[in-house]
Amino acid sequence: MRHLRLPAIIATVAALTVGAVACSTSGETSGGTNTTSNGPTESITVYSGRSEELVGPLFEQFTQATGITVNARYGDSAELAAQILDEGENSPADVFFAQDAGALGAVGASGQFTELTSAQLDAVPETYRSPNGYWVGVSARARVVVYNTDALNEDQVPDTVDGFTDPSWAGRVGWAPSNGSFQAFVTALRVTEGEEAAGAWLEAMEANDTQVYEKNTAIVAAVAAGEIDAGLVNHYYLYQYLAENPGAPVANKFLTSGAGALVNVAGVGILTSAANPTGASSFVDYLLSPTAQEYFATETSEYPVVPGTPAPEGLPPLNSIGLSGLDLNRLEDLAGTLELLQAKGVV
Amino acid sequence: MTAEVIAPTPSRPGTDVPGRRRVRDRSPGLTTIGLVIAAAALVPLVYLVIRSAQAGWGGIWEVVSAPRTLQLLRDTLVLTVAVTASAVALAVPLAWLTVRTDLPGRRVFTVLSALPLAIPTYVGGFAFVAFAGPRGTLQSWLEPLGVDRLPSIYGFWGAWLVLTLFTYPYVLLTVRSALRRLDPSMEEASRTLGASALTTFRRITLPQLRPSITAGALLVALYTLSDFGAVSLLRFDSFTRAIYISYRASVDRSGAAILGVMLVALTAIVVVLEIRSRRATTYHRLHAGGSRPPSTVHLGRWRWPAAGLVTLLILVALGIPVGVITYWLVNGLQAGEPMRLTIELAGNSLWASLLGTVVIVAAAWPVALLAARHRTRTSRFVEAACWVGYALPGVVVALSLVFLGARVTPALYQTMAMLAFAYAVLFLPQAIGAMRSSLLQVNPELEEASRLLGKGPVATFRRIVVPLVRPGVLAGSALVFLTIMKELPATLMLAPTGFSTLATQVWSATSESFFGRAAGPALALIVLASLPMVLLVVRERD
Repeated sequence: MRHLRLPAIIATVAALTVGAVACSTSGETSGGTNTTSNGPTESITVYSGRSEELVGPLFEQFTQATGITVNARYGDSAELAAQILDEGENSPADVFFAQDAGALGAVGASGQFTELTSAQLDAVPETYRSPNGYWVGVSARARVVVYNTDALNEDQVPDTVDGFTDPSWAGRVGWAPSNGSFQAFVTALRVTEGEEAAGAWLEAMEANDTQVYEKNTAIVAAVAAGEIDAGLVNHYYLYQYLAENPGAPVANKFLTSGAGALVNVAGVGILTSAANPTGASSFVDYLLSPTAQEYFATETSEYPVVPGTPAPEGLPPLNSIGLSGLDLNRLEDLAGTLELLQAKGVV
Repeated sequence: MTAEVIAPTPSRPGTDVPGRRRVRDRSPGLTTIGLVIAAAALVPLVYLVIRSAQAGWGGIWEVVSAPRTLQLLRDTLVLTVAVTASAVALAVPLAWLTVRTDLPGRRVFTVLSALPLAIPTYVGGFAFVAFAGPRGTLQSWLEPLGVDRLPSIYGFWGAWLVLTLFTYPYVLLTVRSALRRLDPSMEEASRTLGASALTTFRRITLPQLRPSITAGALLVALYTLSDFGAVSLLRFDSFTRAIYISYRASVDRSGAAILGVMLVALTAIVVVLEIRSRRATTYHRLHAGGSRPPSTVHLGRWRWPAAGLVTLLILVALGIPVGVITYWLVNGLQAGEPMRLTIELAGNSLWASLLGTVVIVAAAWPVALLAARHRTRTSRFVEAACWVGYALPGVVVALSLVFLGARVTPALYQTMAMLAFAYAVLFLPQAIGAMRSSLLQVNPELEEASRLLGKGPVATFRRIVVPLVRPGVLAGSALVFLTIMKELPATLMLAPTGFSTLATQVWSATSESFFGRAAGPALALIVLASLPMVLLVVRERD
């Protein structure tokens, strides 16, 4: 018998498959519905736009502290937002934990978030939460310039993003125009300096051969390699890169003025269709607790947003960063930003 | 007997009615099954139409007529044609060298040359940028020679290179299996009648290979339309990238949907052209033929240069990505990064891929039968419909099934059954192509003989058809298995919550710049995905 018996194999695998699917399906339904009691089996489903690498350990700590199991579905923030919108009423998610305010705003606008409690909302400064009470920021990240320390010293890096339109920077700077946090920064530019000035800046950058990258991480890697000398990114990617590549010639410069110094948040909201709203609410409470705030400061190098927890070591205080006071709710016109970026040929 | 008779004989529609065909065209059962499969395959299109409609005619026209859209259309077409042409140009000679010649080390080359397919473009793209970027590893090797930076890899040429290197095996695999099944007596007759080796290849071999070349080329072309990993990392603005940007920038589902419908229209044109170009031609053996393997071509003094070229290709397509990932691994281990490679991750990947493969092969069978044996308008429609999901970006297909699953079948939503269904919508054509080509090479007279000798339809199928198409089915399964293992968007959205695979782990780590942590799962993914392919090739007998 040198030939495998194909029909036999297919039949066996099919039988195994059907059996296993039946088992896994029944397992699913029993776990998902039994979430109302406060027993040890209580669980919540979290759609997390923040990766398992960064927040997985935090979810485990939450489970240890409360006994509530976290079923996490990880993905890209915007894609998860689109998924929640397409799921509608039947969304299995209790909580949406997103990388940026834009994705939270999209779900809030569709009416799929419930109002959070005033204690949760008031835990953070007004600028870091939704005015309708739909979501609350839990950690903050600053836009910075990441630069190659072999090629530049900090003083040579311009103090505002306008400096990069100078011809001496031609081809030496990287940005990630398709990235949500970059677009939030462009929205801030439109809000603070006006549509025309924002358009002019984009045009000048485009004319200056600014290099396009897919995402922040790619920019940090390109700067470290000396492919470009500087890039516009969020501050915390650098520390992850340095953890794996100690001694790489890269550093952040925090800007002190202008939209280039925007501070954005990662935040959470609870869905109206949540099967376990109380568990979801405890989860939000936990993210705002000193333990979680300290986790963000020490583990992900982000700024805590609840007053009382110190900023990560070595980082300038939040209130010294240029646009730290900008109301994030003024940044909701993402569609207008995309239009502008497309009109200027940037994306 | 002249060479004309031996060569494939196009049968004109009017004369194409020997008794057996009339009987075979009547198969309402098979056609019904085919239509059900087509309906499932068209779910993404229905979703896209619903979402596009939300923008209204004005909104649709605004997107369709925008200069940027036209630019995207042109650039995407150019990339697709270029990648397909170069993949065919690379794969056909490679297939011939590894199947028909005395190339030294052909067994090893056979295995290695198919493996780039196992590398996901979202990993391979990173690796190529790290290696061949302006200041990548290659530049640092050349630094002593005064090379300060390399010409930019970004843009068209980079995307073209990476996509060609990671997709040519589609053509290689389909052409290889066709070459192995060719009836050597035809070529021998041609040579006996005085035709040169080249003429024989051109007039006898190549026409016989045509269905397999087209099947592979179609897989490459439509894969290129749907790929996001390579075009985003190598910074080439394609339709798919624009669709992702619409979602990511403003959760703009209507804008993305309109672009998606245009992509489906583009796919339909390509697929219909291909199906029409496949004239009613006989590809099976006219007589019992030789059951021996075709004679081996002796390369003579070209043996070693040919081996050198193949080695070079493998070094670039396989050596660079695997080398870069290994470097990440070593680097990460030295920096004390935790290794996130568990049996559970590998087990989940295997389980999802196996399940998806079984579902796809089961669904591909009726479609392949229809396409090979019952060439009617309906069968062409069924076949074309199956391509829709394959050419669309994964995120679009995934969202359409989110929409369907959460609203229509909530009990199945985010279960393995739903995930397997998603894989079928995405990758069905990969199995159909391989199975159809091998069905075309089965002479229906063999089945008729079996029936005349008193065997029932089931016994005939089992004893005649299955053994003859087994190579095609196995090749299709291996291809599907490997592709599912790399799949990302549908796995992220539709797998049971908390179900991580090697692919999702790689994605999670690379999205945060943890390349060291991504390396272990990435290498495991490549090894596991290539296993069936390797087994298949090792099982081949010379």
